[in-house]
Amino acid sequence: MLRFVLRRLIQMVGVVLVLSVLVFVWLRSLPGGPVSALLGERGTPERRAALEKALGLDQPLPVQYLRYMERAVQGDFGVSTKVLPGEDALDIFFARLPATIELSFFALVIAIALGIPLGYLAARRKGTPLDTTTVIFSLVGVAVPVFFTGFLLKYFFAVEWNLLPVSGRQSTGLDATRVTGLFVLDGILTREWDAAWDALKHLVLPAVALATIPFAVIFRITRASVLDVLDEDYVRTAEAKGLTAQVIRGRHVLRNAILPVVTTVGLQVGALLSGAVLTETVFSIRGIGDALATAFRDKDYPVLQVLIIAAAAIYVLVNLLVDIAYAVIDPRIRTR
Amino acid sequence: MSTPMSTHAVHPVHSSEPLLSVRDLRVTFGRRGEQPFKAVDGISFDVRPGQTVGLVGESGCGKSVTSLAIMGLLPTRGNTVEGSAVFDGEDLLRLSPGQMRDRRGREIAMIFQDPLSSLNPVVQIGRQVTEVMERHQGLSRKEAMPKAAELLERVGIPDPKARLVNYPHQLSGGMRQRALIAMALACKPRLLIADEPTTALDVTIQAQILALLKELVVETGTALVMITHDLGVVAGLCDEVNVLYGGRIVERGDRHTLFSRPRHPYTVGLLNSIPRLDAPRGEALSPIPGSVADNLPWDSACAFAPRCPNALDVCVQQTPEWEGDDVVGLRCFNPMGVSR
Amino acid sequence: MTPTPELPPERTTYAERRSQRIDALASASAAEEGGVSLIKSAWRRLRRNPVFLVGLAITVAFIALALVAPWLAPWDPAARPLLDDVRPQSNPVPGPEAGHPLGADDKGRDLLSRLLVGSQQTLLVGVLATFFGLLGGLVLGTLAGAVGGWIDSLVMRIVDVMLSIPSLLLAFTLAALATRPSQWTLIIAIATVQVPIFARLLRGSMLAQRASDHVLAARSLGVKQRAIVFRHMLPNALGPVIVQATLVLAVAIIDAAALSFLGLGNPDDRRPEWGQMLGKAQPFLGEAPHLAFYPAACIIVVALGFTLMGESLREALDPKTRR
Repeated sequence: MLRFVLRRLIQMVGVVLVLSVLVFVWLRSLPGGPVSALLGERGTPERRAALEKALGLDQPLPVQYLRYMERAVQGDFGVSTKVLPGEDALDIFFARLPATIELSFFALVIAIALGIPLGYLAARRKGTPLDTTTVIFSLVGVAVPVFFTGFLLKYFFAVEWNLLPVSGRQSTGLDATRVTGLFVLDGILTREWDAAWDALKHLVLPAVALATIPFAVIFRITRASVLDVLDEDYVRTAEAKGLTAQVIRGRHVLRNAILPVVTTVGLQVGALLSGAVLTETVFSIRGIGDALATAFRDKDYPVLQVLIIAAAAIYVLVNLLVDIAYAVIDPRIRTR
Repeated sequence: MSTPMSTHAVHPVHSSEPLLSVRDLRVTFGRRGEQPFKAVDGISFDVRPGQTVGLVGESGCGKSVTSLAIMGLLPTRGNTVEGSAVFDGEDLLRLSPGQMRDRRGREIAMIFQDPLSSLNPVVQIGRQVTEVMERHQGLSRKEAMPKAAELLERVGIPDPKARLVNYPHQLSGGMRQRALIAMALACKPRLLIADEPTTALDVTIQAQILALLKELVVETGTALVMITHDLGVVAGLCDEVNVLYGGRIVERGDRHTLFSRPRHPYTVGLLNSIPRLDAPRGEALSPIPGSVADNLPWDSACAFAPRCPNALDVCVQQTPEWEGDDVVGLRCFNPMGVSR
Repeated sequence: MTPTPELPPERTTYAERRSQRIDALASASAAEEGGVSLIKSAWRRLRRNPVFLVGLAITVAFIALALVAPWLAPWDPAARPLLDDVRPQSNPVPGPEAGHPLGADDKGRDLLSRLLVGSQQTLLVGVLATFFGLLGGLVLGTLAGAVGGWIDSLVMRIVDVMLSIPSLLLAFTLAALATRPSQWTLIIAIATVQVPIFARLLRGSMLAQRASDHVLAARSLGVKQRAIVFRHMLPNALGPVIVQATLVLAVAIIDAAALSFLGLGNPDDRRPEWGQMLGKAQPFLGEAPHLAFYPAACIIVVALGFTLMGESLREALDPKTRR
């Protein structure tokens, strides 16, 4: 088990390293590159040359990369040019992280809490209206652009019916104590219940919008997996033993059907990270996704590299954890 | 049409009342708009306490469907089941799913063909044995564990305590089938249905498992329905043998009579296709020509006629009726050993 | 000698797990009977599948619309007949009036005409992004699957690294790297993230094919390597690729909208595209939600059409559901 984890960790470092090279090369090979980004259209050849020298861009690429990595391991990825001009890029990442973690966590909880039970039910009642309806719903869910789902929810629930807040993470004027930066958790930890409730209300719409695609995928994998398991001989054996419906469902069907779903949940973290870029923009949530959207649009390259490498690292790390979880819950791997 | 047996002839050997009495069982598959397929077409047989009854035939003859219908394990949609299967005074086919659930695993147990796929891969062997006792005997898991170890020991699994916490993939094929037998016998059922229990196993293991089954049947007095395509299995185990073809019983008899004087050409064909070590050198195996795909419908002919070496004109024009009772019988116009 | 068939190995890394799903799709049809009878039997099942028929109807209607749109559209999508009605403060988006059943956009252009003509660019983006993604995947996957050895390892490592970045995020990044965003940078960004998926798919199919009986037969008859690859392996590997391509068409259209929404799409809106229209409608959502709803509805219906078709194709080609 330990060797398994170590091997995966080394692989993960490898992926992140290769990624850093790719991101570095891509960024440097841009027409104009960072200099154009800094100077915009105003750059005279003299100013460009001076800036290039100052940034070390006149050195060969491998040298530039080594310098870049030397600074990177010290946590220095450069200074933001557009998102928060003058701010350290890595600091921006850490400042923005809690909002995105909170949002993604709630979205994932919604996706799992709806996707797995509905997937099970749909499989159990294959061909009934319930099955058909949920399957169509999940297909439509994937066909709607995430940001448009966000807009629809915002338009109806916040603007038209005024049920939930329009944007942001908490109401203006609310003075809440910060502990972790996860607003709902902070409210609970400090027993400021109104703050926790306020933060939760702000989370509902963006979390639901962000959950649509993971929900649809988890639902469909669960349905397919349960259908497969229901055909298995061991389910028939369990029936032949006269076991109660609950025991068959829990111990024999779900315990087996859940295994492929676990992997899928890990992969959905990718959809959450991409979706956060869109959802946070729609709901004006100051998270990583929103920073990325700004960095994409305004070409803030230092912030862009930090966030892309971090996003990939998070994605890889989460899937590493999922792999470990998988090995723990599947005795065929655990006891090999 | 066939006439199901109506008499309860009392045979001197088995004087007791039948434990299971299947009458005119019919299972038809086919959804709306599809040509219905009669998998089981009017089967009747009795099983008495302590008796071992064989259902023999090629795949597709309806033997497995018969057992699943008796167990109430056919899929809920896409089939119709008619007839009756009276077990201990109750017609199993009329019981509600809940009542059937109470009897399965306690009164009637079943073991299946493929021991690996029939065991839950992510649940420990011990748990898979105890859950039957927890369900039907009201035992806690703790109380049931030592009993599970005893059961595993009884079915010949070495070091049973250690095996309790193993998963199926950690056991050999023979061990898995032994574990399945232990699960089936956990609540001392009065009837055990074994559906091809040795087909997926190595030949040497097959003999061990058959010996074990025989021993257990004798010891516990459990009645056994043995479903197989292998007459060799039947020879060593069964008191009474039913030969099935195309969803109907074509010949019945006690095993000595059936093996020494088979009368239906299909039974003869099955016997001749068993490879024998003591056969004279040079004598070729004589497999039955054709396949079940050549069957005629029973409604107007003998289903076996196209493959039958003894077929007469009447065989493709009329349905052969069942001649006999619930102990011995035949469905054939031109049986072997009768010259016309 | 002949390579042993690649059985589903005991893989556990996440990227490989993600890859496994692709491989499963790849082997789904590859190990089956030859291409023609496969497609024939799939078609027999599809003909009676309402999900497929709805998807097909939507798709055919969409393509037909895109072909005749210029003749259907009452106005030039770039013309601004209602420019005089636009009042940035009081009436930024003119509503419906005679001759303009859906009203105009914020620049006074006829909305109906833009939606109709927009189908063309949307189809173009979807088809081209899928085509380039497929082309890239075809080259890499065929190379890896047919040649094997270190080329295979190298290609697959690149593919794995690409798969380790969430795909939409990668598309955003690629589009953001372009200094001058255009229709083409958008298409290329979307196409690039599909390359590793197609590459894996094709490689999986090719490996399964390489071990199959008819390739073995061809090889034993002395057929040349190149002929085997192009005449025997590739055609049979196409089933899952067609399924994937249908699904990618939907994804490309949706992703194009997301890129436009982030300002990474084509800034030139004289030739409209639905995703771009939706992206550019965002500032007016409060006053004129219909400006966003119409293109969004078009995108959803078309994406759904391709998805329904792709999913039912996948099901029809999956030997598991064929029993």
